Amino acid sequence: MSSGQIRDGALVLADGSVFEGELIGAEHVVASGEVVFNTALSGYQEIITDPSYAGQLITFTYPHIGNYGVNATDAESRGVFCRGVIVRELARRPSNYRSEQGLGEYLASQGLAGIAGIDTRRLTRLIRSQGAIPGAFGGLSESELLVRAQQESGTDGVDLVSTVTTTDSYTVGSGHRRIVALDFGIKTTILRHLGSLGTVEVVPASTSASDVLAREPDGVFLSNGPGDPGMLDSVSREVAQLVGAVPLFGICLGHQLLGRAIGASTVKLPFGHHGGNHPVKDLTTNRIEITSQNHNFAVDADSFTGLERDVHMTHVNLNDGVCEGLEVRGAQCFSVQHHPEAGPGPHDSIYLFDRFAALMDAQRSSGKAVR
Amino acid sequence: MPRRDDISSILIIGSGPIVIGQACEFDYSGTQACRVLREEGYRVILANSNPATIMTDPDFADATYIEPLTWEVVALIIEREQPDAVLPTLGGQTALNIAMELFDRGLIGVPGTPEMIGANAEAIATAEDRQQFKEAMIEIGLDVPRSGISHTMEEARVVVEEIGLPVIIRPAYILGGRGTGIASTAEEFERVASNGLAASPISEILIEESIAGWKEYELEVMRDRSDNCVIICSIENVDPMGVHTGDSITVAPQQTLTDVEYQEMRDAAIRCIRRVGVETGGSNVQFAVDPATGQQVVIEMNPRVSRSSALASKATGFPIAKMAARLAVGYTLDEIPNDITKATPASFEPVIDYVVTKIPRWAFEKLPGSSGILGTQMQSVGEAMSIGRTFTESVQKAMRSLEQGHDGLIDSRSISSLATHTDVELLEMCAIPTPDRLVQVAELLRRGVAVERVHDACRIDHWFLDQILMLCEEHDHLTSMTLDSFDRRAMRRAKRLGYSDRQIAGIVGATENDVRSTRLALGVVPTYKTVDTCAAEFAADTPYHYSTWEDENEVRQSDRTKVIILGSGPNRIGQGIEFDYCCVHASFALREAGFETIMVNCNPETVSTDYDTSDRLYFEPLTREDVLNVIDAERPAKVIVSLGGQTPLKLAGEIDVNLVAGTSAASIDAAEDREIWNRLCDELGIPQPPGGTAVTLEEARKICDEVGFPVLVRPSYVLGGRAMQIIHDHDHLARAMAELSGAGSLGREGGLSAERPVLIDRFLASAVEVDVDAIRDHTGEVLIGGVMEHVEEAGVHSGDSACAIPPQTLPEWVVEVIRSYTSAIAQRLDVRGLINVQFAVVGTMVYVIEANPRASRTVPFVAKATGVPLAKVATRVMMGSTLAELRVEGLLCDPVEGHVAVKEAVLPFNRFPEVDPALGPEMRSTGEVMGIDTGFGRAFSKAELAAGSELPTTGMVFLSLNDTDKPAGIVVARRLRERGLSIAATEGTAAHLARFGIDVDRVLGKVAEQDGTTAIDLIADGTINFVVNTPRGSSGRSDGEQIRKAASLHRVSCVTTVAAALAAAQGLAETSSEPLTVRTLQEFHQR
Repeated sequence: MSSGQIRDGALVLADGSVFEGELIGAEHVVASGEVVFNTALSGYQEIITDPSYAGQLITFTYPHIGNYGVNATDAESRGVFCRGVIVRELARRPSNYRSEQGLGEYLASQGLAGIAGIDTRRLTRLIRSQGAIPGAFGGLSESELLVRAQQESGTDGVDLVSTVTTTDSYTVGSGHRRIVALDFGIKTTILRHLGSLGTVEVVPASTSASDVLAREPDGVFLSNGPGDPGMLDSVSREVAQLVGAVPLFGICLGHQLLGRAIGASTVKLPFGHHGGNHPVKDLTTNRIEITSQNHNFAVDADSFTGLERDVHMTHVNLNDGVCEGLEVRGAQCFSVQHHPEAGPGPHDSIYLFDRFAALMDAQRSSGKAVR
Repeated sequence: MPRRDDISSILIIGSGPIVIGQACEFDYSGTQACRVLREEGYRVILANSNPATIMTDPDFADATYIEPLTWEVVALIIEREQPDAVLPTLGGQTALNIAMELFDRGLIGVPGTPEMIGANAEAIATAEDRQQFKEAMIEIGLDVPRSGISHTMEEARVVVEEIGLPVIIRPAYILGGRGTGIASTAEEFERVASNGLAASPISEILIEESIAGWKEYELEVMRDRSDNCVIICSIENVDPMGVHTGDSITVAPQQTLTDVEYQEMRDAAIRCIRRVGVETGGSNVQFAVDPATGQQVVIEMNPRVSRSSALASKATGFPIAKMAARLAVGYTLDEIPNDITKATPASFEPVIDYVVTKIPRWAFEKLPGSSGILGTQMQSVGEAMSIGRTFTESVQKAMRSLEQGHDGLIDSRSISSLATHTDVELLEMCAIPTPDRLVQVAELLRRGVAVERVHDACRIDHWFLDQILMLCEEHDHLTSMTLDSFDRRAMRRAKRLGYSDRQIAGIVGATENDVRSTRLALGVVPTYKTVDTCAAEFAADTPYHYSTWEDENEVRQSDRTKVIILGSGPNRIGQGIEFDYCCVHASFALREAGFETIMVNCNPETVSTDYDTSDRLYFEPLTREDVLNVIDAERPAKVIVSLGGQTPLKLAGEIDVNLVAGTSAASIDAAEDREIWNRLCDELGIPQPPGGTAVTLEEARKICDEVGFPVLVRPSYVLGGRAMQIIHDHDHLARAMAELSGAGSLGREGGLSAERPVLIDRFLASAVEVDVDAIRDHTGEVLIGGVMEHVEEAGVHSGDSACAIPPQTLPEWVVEVIRSYTSAIAQRLDVRGLINVQFAVVGTMVYVIEANPRASRTVPFVAKATGVPLAKVATRVMMGSTLAELRVEGLLCDPVEGHVAVKEAVLPFNRFPEVDPALGPEMRSTGEVMGIDTGFGRAFSKAELAAGSELPTTGMVFLSLNDTDKPAGIVVARRLRERGLSIAATEGTAAHLARFGIDVDRVLGKVAEQDGTTAIDLIADGTINFVVNTPRGSSGRSDGEQIRKAASLHRVSCVTTVAAALAAAQGLAETSSEPLTVRTLQEFHQR
């Protein structure tokens, strides 16, 4: 890449902050969205292809992105759902035996714009102190970009799930357990893990509880996904009907939806958790798991008191005390805020899939509805 | 689980002298451990023989034993102190091996003895025993290279038959890969395997399938009592497998693994620490990855804090040693707050938002005969680390941090030095790992050789090569520019790629100053970012910074009075931990006195680069540009340049004269400038050996004709006797001058000029050398810190010579003369702070050799010997306090007397069997030990034992003396006989001894003549266990050289001066009458 090909550009935030850089990825695209950061040192491909980032511009705090290229296996979904990527340095020559394409080419092929050369640490510090903030970058003037940024509403109060969920049901995996997975933006790695537990029918987010139960599942999985759980009350209402009827396991947005279904409230965190290094304590075993995280909203554990059902916090984030997991006692329901499937990130919490399998098996052998 | 209350006293075993493979990183880890455990309220007992360490400061432990680190001596300490627990995982391989010896003898780790905390004996054995480790890894399903264990050459041949060549050979229980090697042919195999068997203390080697060329990684894992495991840092080696990790250029974090591969490695590392059974603390797990298939194999595991963990601590800001100490006493990771964020717990995995590069520094130029080829045995003596936002910036900073004349990775000098080589030659050169490989690779890429071709030759990953290619492209771009054509963008772009002002200057044909002014005029200034363990996710107050060229500067100004302390850069022979000790003490003293201290250094092994040693730490190269930038950013009241050795001293002239603390730059120059210095000595009437300065051979000849041979020749402005030689004739003089003026490595460091002439002095044969460390304040009071008499005579570099406090053979009045001369010189030079003066005493005539108004290598030794905190006192004096004031304050006290302290040098020859271990005027020791006891002989014996050359109490001594030394040899031989040792000698020496009635048990012929048994045979088979061999000038060296090399190869103690032999004989006499006893430094210092 010679200097002649450099496309100057700037990232402008809604508060007027300007960051100089060079445009990368898809050309002639102006990207705008809520700017968030992720601190993972590796796993950029998984992050970019994670549907939970719908509506967002992802800042990578690690300066070198693209070093090992992109491959077909590591994609977390059929495409990209984030609005753009912000990096300090894009690798121009990937090096890894698994690499099939450079990240720059991949971004272009997906129509995704990026910006490089950014002082991403300054940007991260700004988000840390002000919270996730809308921004825009592309080949426009700074004042035009500012307008674009200010027009962005962020992810609060927006239903992003409908933009990422599957339109038709499909099946993955095999085996005797029957699992129905509600797709709010499900990651491929989750499907891979569920698929190793049994036959998984992935259904659209709008599927009703009765439709789900009609499929006679051994367990129902509530997937991860983007945005504000408060915008998905129709979904929470359906989930509420599943609680007690079938073993339930939720991850990330699925965890928040389970929380709301049982009457707990959710809150928006100032700048969310996005990274692969957060310590989470399993309050049942007191063991610490290093976890993969990607969420801006969280279940408020203080709202558990006085609920009709017996709800307990099972996992806590040791950095800031945020609720990372809950269980509904007597109803075979549990969920976690972090990502036990990793993709990317550490595998410390993988045991949760086995816990789900055990719940389903216990339920099956007892042969009756939970309550 | 909280702090353990069932133990109350803990013995920490240190790592002893600085040797290759075990450097100041263990002072860093031990110091942190001592601090933490005392904070936790435990009684800390410390054993370490190295007086230059911070941890052996009497303030850091309740009981500090500066005693030899052998299991026998540590057993005496245990018997005396009865500690509840022993912590062996923070003192490197030395501490681990001693712990295992103590365990094997039932002295620790079994009921009724002190508990082993950190790692138990079984875990240590599982990790350290190659076969056990391999089996353990296979058991948990991890791949290891195919291999077999052998204890004899016969076994070894069977194993290699099965595996097939090439193989790598690794001896068990060794540090820094000593005795390790790769064998590709049957002949190489015979040699490497037998060396390996000799190097292993249990004669065991692992013969392993060679995976040279694979990618190499390390993960730093921590585990607590509740089995929580976290990875602190991943490290990727730029040099592929085949080069010892200590000799590899390494980068953190890993760069070229996908997350899938990385997590697989992470899982493996955690399974490894669990299976090995390291209960608490840090471990280092090394992996190799086949770049073609991604196959991962486990190479080895260190069940302790290591060099890599020091690097990982500095690279991430996560204090591994401090945490390891806390975990060892019962805490779990979630109970300990993250030191940096304060708000989050330590049970997390640090993430970084910059790139760290470590480049080792070697000393091959000091070891003539060594191959200079890197391999599986570590040979580097130090390392520089750098932090940049990107690899390109980071690697360029690391290159200039090395202080080997590089302005960055690609500079005019590197290009011209390789200009005579064709591309094909360079490709062949870079296929062999040497210290110059990275520069060769850069030059190939700069010439346009394809990344693939370069990769095929050197096997360095494509990603790194492409990054270097980017630097080359920028270089090309810069060559098309003139300084006037720079705009802000162009300047910022070059700076962001790590180009230094000086490097740009060389390319565009301007001066460094012009580039600096242009850059400042364009508004391109560095920004300082913070190392915070969390990539800015949480607010952090860490005072740990690095420069880069971004938008935002994070350093907040304070209005306190600030002092910048310039550190000493990477360790090298002649400049090591002693200077770090001085810098750290300066920081401590100034903090205590209310100043804000700012440390600038780039050596990751040190205590000075611990982020809580000073109020602020700048991890930066010690070059003019980088230092001036920090000064601009901080606006200090003073800058301390005289405590970090030659590195900061060289920068004194670049800094505003009003900022230099203490002795002025002019005074520093006066001591270096031969003419001014001669005049000063003349005026004071202090005799000097006759001599002069020369820039050309003709001038040198003239001086030699005047003063007569032999002469001592030394370049100015160097430390550690770099290129210093004793010259006996005109031919030798011509060769020496040619080397100094350009061709040799010293030529590269600057060559000769009117500003940097060669000093030539008449060499005073058989003079006694004396070193003095003193402090003068602005009122003119001079404090004599210590007068050290050298054991070896003049001609052996002071750094390589043993020395004693107080002087042992000099009459009291001669010492008085020396003190008076020192005071007068300090006065005349208007010294404010430390000065070191060297004298040579011939009979009762005292000559001054040189004076250096700065901290010397001996400052920590003097402080430990006398109980006077010299470095702290000097620092305060530099800031304007008077000695009288400091006495009142209580910082300055009178020296303690009534004992003798001996410093002994530790030499690296056992790693370089091809190098003659005879001592000379060029310093080659890597470290030092101290022996302290009631008398000289006892202290000397301890020092020798600590230095690894135990004086024999039985067996056979081999004597081979030159004619001048033969008279003293009579005394040596008689003393040894009296102690019941048998004696072997060369014909000449034997005949001489016989004349004085001393029987020689075996008379041995010349090695060269090869008739019958030679000394080398008897050294090899263990009959001879002590060698006294004094070289015969330049002519008769070869025979003796072979004997000395054999001794160093077979680890038989060898002294090369008769003075040392006499001291050894005295030591034997004193220790045989009464066995060795141990005593704490606190007891010795009691007034």
